[in-house]
Amino acid sequence: MGNSFVFMLLAVIAVGSAIGMLVSRDAVHSALFLVLNFITIAVFYVVLNAPFLAMVQVTVYAGAIMVLFMFVIMLLGAERLRGMWGDRPSELVFAAFLGFLLVVTFLIALVMEGKTAVSANMIDSSPVALGLRLFEGYVFPFEVVGILLLSAMVGVVILTISNKRGKNV
Amino acid sequence: MTPGQIAIRALIVGFSVSMVMVTGFAYTTLLERKLLARLQHRIGPNRAGYIPLPGKNGGERRLIKGFLQPGADAVKLFLKEDQTPAGVDRFVYNLAPMLAVIPAILILAVIPWAGEITIFGAHFAPYFAIAPGLDVAVLYMLSITSIGVYGVVLAGWASNSKYAILGGIRASAQMISYELAMGMSILIPVMLADSLDLGVIVSQQSGYWYALHIPAAAVFLLAVMAELQRLPFDLVEAEQELSSGFNVEYGGMRFGMFFMAEYMKMVIFSAIAATLFFGGYRGPFVDQLPGLGFFYLFLKIVAGLCMLIWIRASFPRLRYDQLMAFGWKRLLPIAVLNFIIVAVVIVLQQEGIIF
Repeated sequence: MGNSFVFMLLAVIAVGSAIGMLVSRDAVHSALFLVLNFITIAVFYVVLNAPFLAMVQVTVYAGAIMVLFMFVIMLLGAERLRGMWGDRPSELVFAAFLGFLLVVTFLIALVMEGKTAVSANMIDSSPVALGLRLFEGYVFPFEVVGILLLSAMVGVVILTISNKRGKNV
Repeated sequence: MTPGQIAIRALIVGFSVSMVMVTGFAYTTLLERKLLARLQHRIGPNRAGYIPLPGKNGGERRLIKGFLQPGADAVKLFLKEDQTPAGVDRFVYNLAPMLAVIPAILILAVIPWAGEITIFGAHFAPYFAIAPGLDVAVLYMLSITSIGVYGVVLAGWASNSKYAILGGIRASAQMISYELAMGMSILIPVMLADSLDLGVIVSQQSGYWYALHIPAAAVFLLAVMAELQRLPFDLVEAEQELSSGFNVEYGGMRFGMFFMAEYMKMVIFSAIAATLFFGGYRGPFVDQLPGLGFFYLFLKIVAGLCMLIWIRASFPRLRYDQLMAFGWKRLLPIAVLNFIIVAVVIVLQQEGIIF
């Protein structure tokens, strides 16, 4: 009873903030709605007995990535967005089509797999269990993702260095 | 205990700790003004209130002159005109001071204030905190700290002022940069104690303080100073350049809330530094008399505050490029290298290769 009430409340906030992010015509307001959405999802993780994931979600998404977003928005002065429906109707049609595809995929997944929901209490999601999983069972994908991110970072560094070469060192 | 009892206990403890902190922050401002004045050969605030004591020759000695100054400041801030400048984004402008204060209060939840203790018949185990035994306490601390940057950034943006937005942009860049070094240095106590639970980290320090790992403690203290935006890292509100940075358009109690957040963070980060590196609530005879824990932690917090104030009085402000270069090219490599060395040594010890 208590859990379903919390779930409904969180669901309303999550969906509301997502819609707010889309509808808002001010980029900073949109970013704030997205932060609220991320934090709500973090609370979902807590309800699902996964506090470690919740904390990582808040630190990485709300604390680091969205601050960088905010930084770029403020630096570029790009707060004002275009009208709600965009400039070209074709964009809107394409977006609607993609959204429809997403819903269809979701429904298919729900019908095919949905009957085997796992109870939150059955999963051991302590930091120790998660770390062991990550570094024993999934060590190869983990390393691949790490190298991918590292190469992106090196790429950014090289791009900025070659722009400045010759001007000042 | 049932979940309901746990919730009620957390509410009571949380309320009392927050109240102590809200008055404590006021006296932190007094401590700072008095100590700073002494370090600069001034007297400091000495008009509002004193403790009268009998002195020599029938006269009286006045002790702690000016101890009512925080109250006077609060009354002044509350009675000031609450004005909103034209052209601001009203919603975000009003939201920003709250977003500055709320994370500062939220971090309080995981700090262990004393060991296992019984107060008024209520038994607190394994230690006295609002949320004891949280196995992700260190991560919680880091995530709430990373949320704290929003107050400053949004205040800068919403004020619709060039000085304010420059302060806000500087704040976000600075806090993101120094968060990395801070995170790396926090990992050292975590690895040594083999736990993310702050209570375990404290109880593991019964033998020696983790501050003996000097690189980790030094990096942590420097990163905390940058995170708190205090001299020599207070580029965010450099008076000569930005008048006062992100909060230049705020007045009255709204400004007071930024002030409050800053000083509460000073107290809280002193408590965190004490917990992670200086043995937290532990001290002589604390196992026999658990109540001493509050006293030891209080002493350590005051020592931390005095150190922060002393540094503020001693060093000039860095230049902005120096700040960034120091964070990325010095502090972060040292933190990473230290992390790798400690990790390797711990593994070698576990394998029995070295002692």
